[in-house]
Amino acid sequence: MPSLKDVKTKIVGVGKTKQITRAMNMVASAKLRGAQARIERFRPYAAKYRQVLAELAGKAEGNAHPLLVEHEEKKSCAIVMVTSDRGLCGSFNGNIITRALGLAREKTSAGMSVSFACIGRKGRDAARKAGYSMLTSYADRMGSIDFALATSVAAEAIQGYEALAFDEVWLVYGEFVSMGHQPPRALCLLPLKTPEVGETPQGSGEARCEYVYEPREEKLLAELLPRYVRVQIYSGLLDTSASEHAARMAAMDNATRNCNELINSLTLLYNKTRQASITSELIDIVGGAEALNG
Amino acid sequence: MGTLQLEVVTPDKTVISAEAEMVVCPGVEGEFGVLSQHVSLLSALKTGPLRCRISDRDEYLFISGGFADVNSNVMTVLAESAERAADIDTARAQAARDRAEKRLAAHDDAVDAARAESALTRAVNRLRIAGLR
Repeated sequence: MPSLKDVKTKIVGVGKTKQITRAMNMVASAKLRGAQARIERFRPYAAKYRQVLAELAGKAEGNAHPLLVEHEEKKSCAIVMVTSDRGLCGSFNGNIITRALGLAREKTSAGMSVSFACIGRKGRDAARKAGYSMLTSYADRMGSIDFALATSVAAEAIQGYEALAFDEVWLVYGEFVSMGHQPPRALCLLPLKTPEVGETPQGSGEARCEYVYEPREEKLLAELLPRYVRVQIYSGLLDTSASEHAARMAAMDNATRNCNELINSLTLLYNKTRQASITSELIDIVGGAEALNG
Repeated sequence: MGTLQLEVVTPDKTVISAEAEMVVCPGVEGEFGVLSQHVSLLSALKTGPLRCRISDRDEYLFISGGFADVNSNVMTVLAESAERAADIDTARAQAARDRAEKRLAAHDDAVDAARAESALTRAVNRLRIAGLR
């Protein structure tokens, strides 16, 4: 039997842990609201972009732009991995990292050399540990993501692709599907796949035919395609950030619940121990009295 | 006079969503005006001022890195940054202008001239538009 004092100390300790996990849960839920609002504000921009690009790509000739062209010989691949900077969010980062490393292995076995660009400390550490060469890594930026960050990541990817340093560029991030579901997702950034016209909600066939383009289609496409890469990276950043907070909320909610369970079972143990010690003391006293009466 | 629906959208927010009588945009091949019932148009935009007339009042916006899409009397301007004249941070724009000028004057190989040049264009335009409010 553990001593009464030990059990008491443990109960107090678990109680303090519970306070922390509960606080983290609340902080994460507040941040999640902010991140979700940003996704909502970004959505019209991204949707419009996809729509315009789909229409335009249908117009321009197939191999019009270097970012659309698939390289014939595939020798190297860059993976942009977006994770969170901090842990304590369940298996969220682990899932993204597993997905990214799996993709890296796949590419390696296809005869490509793989290098990583990482946003988020967790992913950077994992890629470094796995021994992959590192392009640029951005740690401690997930708390302050902005379009400029997406722009600089995109610039590096595009430059590398155009200079034939990379033959494929992938983006791995945590997609925000719902509060309870944030699967890791791998998306091929380059060669760029333009969205299908069918994916866009509006736009009837006839209205599209009379468009005036300024400058002409190919030049316009050359302007818009690099920006579309940024849009995709930015939406990956926003999604990962929202997913991180959602995952942390769930993890901390679980932890708080586990603390409650632990406190209950410890309290039971405490009471049992106390009762046992009282009983044994009583037996001593009664036994002593019996002996005196003898 | 008829109106058209104008939407100015950046990655972070919708800057304007209103019925406008006229919109004048800084297109890459020259400024152009858009009135109600304009033909469908897709145009890339330069860094510069966007003027829109909303209920007989002219309003100026700073636009950078954007393009405009006009379709069935709805005009959507997608820009990497867009600010109303009143929202422009003049102190920041001035600092950016001075910094860019210094970089350009240095003639240093380490300086990315193209980047400094576009930063200068943005700053100068911001200041000009801020003066129009």
